[in-house]
Amino acid sequence: MKKYWKFAAIIVVVLATLGWLAVAGIKETSTYYITLTELQQMQAKALERRLRVAGDVEPGSIVRNAGRVEFTLRQGDLKQKVVYTGREPLPDTFKDNANALADGRLGRDGVFEAKKIQAKCASKYEAKPGASPGGPQT
Amino acid sequence: MENLGALALLLAFCFAVYTILAALVGKWKDRAYLARSAERGVLVVWGLVTTASGLLIYLLFQNDFRLSFIAGHSNRDLTGVYKFAAWWGGQEGSLLFWLWILSTYTLVAVYRNRRKHRDMIGYVIAILMAVQLFFLIMVTIPASPFQVLAANGEITAVPDGRGLNPLLQYPAMVIHPPMLYLGYVGFAVPFAFAMAALITRQKGDAWIATTRVWTMLTWLFQTCGVILGGRWAYAVLGWSGYWAWDPVENASLLPWLTSTAFLHSVMMQEKKGMMKVWNMALIAGTFFLCIFGTFLTRSGIVSSVHAFSEGPIGKYFATFIAIGLAGTVYLILDRLDYLKSENQLESVVSRESSFLFNNLILLASCFSVLWGTMFPVISEAVTGEKISVGPPFFNKVNVPIGLFLLFLTGVGPLFAWRRTSVESLKRNFLWPGVISLALGAVLVAFQVWHFYALMSFMLCMFVALTILIEFYKGSRAIQAKGGGVLARCMVELTHRNTRRYGGYIIHMGIVFMFIGFTGQAFNSEAQEEMSVGDTLKLGHYSFRLADLQKRNSPNYASTAATIEVSRDGKFLQNMYPEQRFYHASQQPTSEVAIKPQLKEDVYVVFAGMSNDQQKPVIHAYLNPLVNWVWLGALVVIFGTVIALVPSKVKLAYARTQVVGTAKHEVPV
Repeated sequence: MKKYWKFAAIIVVVLATLGWLAVAGIKETSTYYITLTELQQMQAKALERRLRVAGDVEPGSIVRNAGRVEFTLRQGDLKQKVVYTGREPLPDTFKDNANALADGRLGRDGVFEAKKIQAKCASKYEAKPGASPGGPQT
Repeated sequence: MENLGALALLLAFCFAVYTILAALVGKWKDRAYLARSAERGVLVVWGLVTTASGLLIYLLFQNDFRLSFIAGHSNRDLTGVYKFAAWWGGQEGSLLFWLWILSTYTLVAVYRNRRKHRDMIGYVIAILMAVQLFFLIMVTIPASPFQVLAANGEITAVPDGRGLNPLLQYPAMVIHPPMLYLGYVGFAVPFAFAMAALITRQKGDAWIATTRVWTMLTWLFQTCGVILGGRWAYAVLGWSGYWAWDPVENASLLPWLTSTAFLHSVMMQEKKGMMKVWNMALIAGTFFLCIFGTFLTRSGIVSSVHAFSEGPIGKYFATFIAIGLAGTVYLILDRLDYLKSENQLESVVSRESSFLFNNLILLASCFSVLWGTMFPVISEAVTGEKISVGPPFFNKVNVPIGLFLLFLTGVGPLFAWRRTSVESLKRNFLWPGVISLALGAVLVAFQVWHFYALMSFMLCMFVALTILIEFYKGSRAIQAKGGGVLARCMVELTHRNTRRYGGYIIHMGIVFMFIGFTGQAFNSEAQEEMSVGDTLKLGHYSFRLADLQKRNSPNYASTAATIEVSRDGKFLQNMYPEQRFYHASQQPTSEVAIKPQLKEDVYVVFAGMSNDQQKPVIHAYLNPLVNWVWLGALVVIFGTVIALVPSKVKLAYARTQVVGTAKHEVPV
């Protein structure tokens, strides 16, 4: 019986270590998916969390400056100013009217500071009959 | 024409239902003519599915834009091979492709094994046909590739299609999906044999021996598929990495992890009659993860940049997986007595225990990847908030797992069965251990402080040495008996036991891949808006923008940059990163320029134009050691092929050759 204790002990140690790493990893990288409506209702809580906001890129709103890209996300009538400060080049699909996912935090000035942008080119995705093309599934 | 295609699928559906019934009734009532008829049903269904596939390909080449699938995924100016690739370039077509591969596999599996496994082939047919039936339902009802475009009650056509996604117009992308599908779909066959063996309570492990070649080939396809996917991401997506823990990538990795675990733990059953329940669970898990992966990439339940568009097919998949899983769990629980272990674990330092930990850790990795991928869905169900976890989560858990696996790769094969003596530990591991510690000291002296990178390099050295010593010792033994030149002896040694030495070669490939993975710790990059004549500096390299040229082709318009790359002031070569704009899809893409070297890749991206449309933005990366990943993959493929070659000497201890029916030949 004694040898089984050894196996059990090793297995417990291995799984506990991995579990601990997993919990730490989840805490570090948790990102909350929200809509623009939710973002504008969240107030103070929004400042503390890493968020992922979806919307369409307002045509003509993209302004590129050295190392910064500013644009406006739109969902219905709601608009949100976003500034992208990430290091990676923006995806090819990021352009006017694209469905974009902005990953980052809400600044105190009300501008959303994104570290990562994902974009789907709106025209590429098959529009469902009778429905306007929605945002990326979140 | 499209009606003919749809009709073929509908007929295939009817025949599939008939075949399942004939196979089962033939088995239960012991009617030979029904069993025979079921075998023919397999052929008929294959013929019909092949006809439908052929028609779809024909219509693709005919530019028949009345079909919504073709209008959505092809266009007139698409070049030949990509037109063919459009078959699997979209939802409906790719489901048909899946079905066609499964149908072909079923045909081969049934016709190669129907005599040898008379007693269980009926169930094999029924199970494989049930899976085909599911996919036939999919391509008939919710996702028919033969759906025509209609307006005002009439069939209409669009003048030109929207084209294949430009990101998919890349050679590796033509091979990658078929490879992955061949791998995904292939596990249906060992799964069907395992379940049939369970249903009929087969004596011995005949199903394992029968499906061994099958499992390995499928594993090989899967490995190629996953790596080609990474290679495609690296060469096409332009972010200089090959793995981003994207849900779609994870979906392809999950069954690979369980099938790798299966390939290892199955040896425990062959040699020691242990882990039988576990193996059943693993093969079933692998099969369902393959289905789940197909589902994940199509259902839209997790967001991914390169997932297919969402549709109603999610529910169908969920139902199929639920029924299948319930059936499998019931079967295993009901027949636990048949799956009783014949031996027990004896020591922590033994071959058995290294297999056990190898499995534990692969499964832990699989679970963590599954958990992370599904986290948005799980968290929404539990807390109501949709929360996602990023790549750091996956890395945090999987990097230590990877290192532990690498360690097991080195020690596992050298541990003895049952228990290992201290003497043998010393003999096998003293020098590799000492040398890798010395390597660690040297690396620290060269200011390499990255903990995981340090561990990884030391383990790579350790494992590589243990493998080389194994080859060397074995070859020397043959040489001592008059075998001639050492290299010849090494070939002889490998040929005598291809499974063992092929396995070592695969492990060596894995070591190479880890060297490549570790290189990521030392990546560097720089980005600048540049005018013609400007220079960007990165490490030892400098990049001078020499020229900008606009070009036009029927499929796309492009702007190409000419960049003079020099190292330490000495001119190396010109690189030509490009921005393309595809006419059909109205989509821009970046064409990456890569200078591959064993030490480091120079990777240049034309990231786009600055806002005033005047200056190109150039992004340069240095990716040390990345080529070792692809090199390692080639070694893995080579090793797998070696392991598939029959051994020259039949080993006395191979238990399967005593029990079961595999002694005649190794069937596919």
